[in-house]
Amino acid sequence: MVTTVTSLGRSGLSDWMIQRVSAFVMTAYLVFIVAYLMTTPDLTYTQWAALHSTLPMRMFSLLTILSIAAHAWIGMWCVLTDYITVRLIGPKATALRIFFQLGMMAVTLLYVVWAIDILWGI
Amino acid sequence: MDKKRPVNLDIGTIRLPITSYVSILHRASGVILFFSIAVFLCLLEGSLDSEQSFNDVKALFNNPLCQFIVWASLAALAYHAVVGIRHLVMDFGLGEDSFESGRTTAWVALVLAVVVIALVTGWVYLW
Repeated sequence: MVTTVTSLGRSGLSDWMIQRVSAFVMTAYLVFIVAYLMTTPDLTYTQWAALHSTLPMRMFSLLTILSIAAHAWIGMWCVLTDYITVRLIGPKATALRIFFQLGMMAVTLLYVVWAIDILWGI
Repeated sequence: MDKKRPVNLDIGTIRLPITSYVSILHRASGVILFFSIAVFLCLLEGSLDSEQSFNDVKALFNNPLCQFIVWASLAALAYHAVVGIRHLVMDFGLGEDSFESGRTTAWVALVLAVVVIALVTGWVYLW
């Protein structure tokens, strides 16, 4: 199938696994950030910047943005290959889908570069 | 493959169960979140750039449009995370034994998501 060429792991099983592992990492990050904000009611810039300049926190944030990128890639691939199909919207579907997929991949990679720039620019 | 083969599954004519609505909303919230990543990165960048920009991010919540965009992003995240955890739980073999249990966990996830979205709304608009 043409569609598997653009899937992240090149196989459904691999995508399935990556989707779950990345979900776990993102949930852990979300729980950590929410717990931090709740236990630090009057957060100051100094505290916030200090937290994000430590190496473990940078690694955790980096791991999370990489998880977000993989998770978004797989999720958007599922949505695009499900709905932008020849059956649903006609013969131009393949070209249109490839266009959206390339746009999605470009945006995803830009997000990763942007996040690294933020995290290592503190 | 025969291109003219009949397609019988016309979803528009079928009354969908709760599991379907929970699933389609999970997809929709996922697509919203793809764009919300930019919102979250903007907030992270502003909050970490300098003391001045940190205060600017706090002041953003005074602008109704900015406030709504942040609220919508957090609401989508809340829903997607809660329903996503339901998927992870089912992957461990819990609640995926029958359609009935699937229906129950779909309702539980939906109610939990509404509660978390209510908390998010309180945090964004009242706190």
